Amino acid sequence: MTKKAKKMSSVAALFVLAAIIICVGELTPQSSSQWSNLRTVLQLGTIYALLAVSMNLCNGFTGLFSLGQAGFMTLGAYTYAILTIPVASRAGVYYLYGVAGWLSNVVLPIPVALLVAGLMAALLAALIGAPVLKLKSDYLAIATLGFAEVVRIVIASSPLNRVTNGSLGLTKIPGFGSYYGIFIVSIVCIAIIVLLINSSYGRAFKAIRDDEIAAEAMGINLARHKQMSFVISSFFAGIGGALMAMYMGAVSSTTFTIAVTYFILLIVVIGGMGSVTGSIISSLLVIAAREWWLRPLDQTQYIGTFRVPLLKAGFRMVVFSVILMIVVLFFRRGIMGDKEFNWDSIAKLFKKRGKKPKTPTVGGDAQ
Amino acid sequence: MDTFLQNCLTGISIGSIYALIAIGYTMVYGILRLINFAHGDIFMMAGYFMIICMTDLLIPWYYSVIIVIVATIILGVVIERVAYKPLRDAPRMSIMISAIGVSYLLENLATYIFSAQPKSYPYDKMGFLSQRVTLGNISTTLVTFITPVLTIVLVLALVVLVRKTKIGMAMRAVSRDFETSQLMGVRINAVISFTFVIGSGLAALGSILYFIPRSSVYPLAGSLPGLKCFVAAVFGGIGSIPGALVGGFLIGLSETFVKGSATLSQYSDVITFILLIIVLLVKPTGLFGEKIKEKV
Amino acid sequence: MSDEIIVLHVENVTMQFGGVVAVNNLSMDVPEGKITALIGPNGAGKTTAFNCITGVYEPTNGLVEFLGEPMVRNHPAGKMKKQYLGENGDKYADLKAISPTPDVITKLGIARTFQNIRLWKSMTVYDNVLTAKHMRAHQNVFSATFRISAAEEKRMRDETDALLEEQGLMKYKHDLATSLPYGLQRRLEIARALATQPKLLLLDEPAAGMNPQETQELAEFIVQTRDKYGLTVFLIEHHMDLVMKISDYIYVIDFGSEIAEGVPSEVQNNQRVIDAYLGVVDDE
Repeated sequence: MTKKAKKMSSVAALFVLAAIIICVGELTPQSSSQWSNLRTVLQLGTIYALLAVSMNLCNGFTGLFSLGQAGFMTLGAYTYAILTIPVASRAGVYYLYGVAGWLSNVVLPIPVALLVAGLMAALLAALIGAPVLKLKSDYLAIATLGFAEVVRIVIASSPLNRVTNGSLGLTKIPGFGSYYGIFIVSIVCIAIIVLLINSSYGRAFKAIRDDEIAAEAMGINLARHKQMSFVISSFFAGIGGALMAMYMGAVSSTTFTIAVTYFILLIVVIGGMGSVTGSIISSLLVIAAREWWLRPLDQTQYIGTFRVPLLKAGFRMVVFSVILMIVVLFFRRGIMGDKEFNWDSIAKLFKKRGKKPKTPTVGGDAQ
Repeated sequence: MDTFLQNCLTGISIGSIYALIAIGYTMVYGILRLINFAHGDIFMMAGYFMIICMTDLLIPWYYSVIIVIVATIILGVVIERVAYKPLRDAPRMSIMISAIGVSYLLENLATYIFSAQPKSYPYDKMGFLSQRVTLGNISTTLVTFITPVLTIVLVLALVVLVRKTKIGMAMRAVSRDFETSQLMGVRINAVISFTFVIGSGLAALGSILYFIPRSSVYPLAGSLPGLKCFVAAVFGGIGSIPGALVGGFLIGLSETFVKGSATLSQYSDVITFILLIIVLLVKPTGLFGEKIKEKV
Repeated sequence: MSDEIIVLHVENVTMQFGGVVAVNNLSMDVPEGKITALIGPNGAGKTTAFNCITGVYEPTNGLVEFLGEPMVRNHPAGKMKKQYLGENGDKYADLKAISPTPDVITKLGIARTFQNIRLWKSMTVYDNVLTAKHMRAHQNVFSATFRISAAEEKRMRDETDALLEEQGLMKYKHDLATSLPYGLQRRLEIARALATQPKLLLLDEPAAGMNPQETQELAEFIVQTRDKYGLTVFLIEHHMDLVMKISDYIYVIDFGSEIAEGVPSEVQNNQRVIDAYLGVVDDE
């Protein structure tokens, strides 16, 4: 396929995706429960796509096995919430402890608050990065897991009651008001990550993943680049956490548990470590499965008067976990492995099906 | 002074439980270089097994204990065969991800079967263990008193097993050099399964001792203790069984004393993790650990 | 040799691991534009010495100067001071220790290859070389991400194309690096090292795993590369034929210590060298 054809196909595909999002946004009634599944899947799936891509940057592209996502999400979510809960609602939210004086009237516009959320997460990553990233991969995993738990506990601890509302959590968190806000933020963030990965620094990250001794010998400073990847990944995890807070309208220290980090990791693994398109596809599929397709498994179903065994609340997650294990054991490379989606592979698929070999023409494989 | 001694006893007691579970982590890491993320959840499942045996099936406690230990061992060995064995030749990250997947599955399975609501642990049926025992000015329950004794006996037995028996020698060989041990005819699968048998069995025992004073079990009950026990294992030196014992005591003591302090009590877990970070940065091999040299 | 520029000056480099002295007071001079070799039987300490020069290990004692400036320097301190078994332990004791990481050394102008070819497996031939250009690019993570420094990216790509063309690897440009035959992988690794624009090229057993014909081609390739880019070359090697064919000067090491040095013809006929390689029969 010629370069021009590829570019045109990519643009066309993006238009189609945008069209789908807009159609769902405009044409489906907001309150209809049949369509709400689709709306949920698209919105939640997009947020998880950002979270998965940001984790992939650190774990998949740089090879740093960090399990601290939930901690950065918590920090980002709380930062966003604290800075955007409408002043009028604050007394109600902080009913038990009262709001801290310096905080009570501080409100930031939503986009700015999102940015600050990301920066707070990045700041924490910068602080812990230097010592922690020197650890071997297994220990790095446990150290980051530990830090995430520390964040969760500290953020709900009593000295911070007037800032974070302690163990009560925060509610009345505002969103964009428009259905499209979350998409725009996520897509912009993912686009930035893709630009980074395709840049010289992205190549340096991959070199560190493939062979860090060789990378160091070729002049790549390991400590600096690992920290860079870790901090940037955490920045976007913070924004992802803020988006989740926005989506759910409420957040508490138990919202982003270790299980959430595991969940994102498993999404990344299913999509393919080292593939951005894999993470995006995987997020949408996994969320669709968890929130929509597998939902019937949670309800007791009857065939006539015969009650189908096994189906009750929670079965959906068990089936989901089993599917994940199957992928981890038998399809280790995930959907995309470490390759990105490209038109050449699609074109090859068509050529294989016995069509006459096409000579390259300007305009590509036009019908 | 009395409070101090009381705290010491409680600390050593909870520390012993942590030690029992930490041994599982340290042994598996020594042999497979795998952090068994699912170990804490096996500990949680053992708690549920006990509930099934005693509350649902009304089996008396002395039989239940045996059934629970056996069931947990079976669970541990099955997990190893299904989720870890196939990935033995895969890159290290794959098997860690598998362990995470198993942890996720067990938590969801427990939520499905037993619901997310905490289920009450049948401690009252083992009432005699809650008897109070008095030593001078300190009063505590019988189980608190028995735990450290039991643990130390088990650890000694385990150390003897590792140092003096043939299977123990096989285990040491495998943890030194996996491939060469295979070439020398050591039956790797048997050794690995045996490691999981011991680890899971001790976890089951730890589970019983842990949940007796607590009144309930819930699906995520193994998550935090599991993490803390891994900290204990790292503290003592990953791969060392006496290290796991000492690490467990240290974590148990620090936790108890911090919980006793009015200002810091809510930070007891935070302090445990900060200790972990410090150990990893200052002496990653822990107190009794061995340095593993990596060749460039 | 008096008006030659000494590119690399190694002085009393000693490496002690615990109670074992792996490299004992090694001193060498690598003159500009020449090919200098360090040889010795297996386990003699060549790779350890190499790693001391390239920042992988911190030597227990000694000094390495690059173009006249001290680059690596250390003296026994702390626990090691008491355990030190080598000589010249106080020579550098009053001087500040310098211990750069490998990337700093590369930036100074020293590039190296590895005995067991460490190419980046997931990348193409092109990307392997292009990534080595990252070090010298005038950019930061923001300018690179948002394509503000697009001119730098273009420059790196043009230079990579040129380098691949010169090395005869252009037609493999988009192939995975590991899909190349072994001899070409070695050539690629050298090309990647050249991408960092070094003045000194260090080759760690470049002929490892090669048959005589490949070794011959490699020998020619190293000489041509040295000529084309005006490099100085320092290599450690086990293959005698390669070394004797292309080296201008040879140092021989055994059990960590230097046992001989000279031009190839001298070294070839040196009895100590022959004994070291063939072993000596003990007369009881």
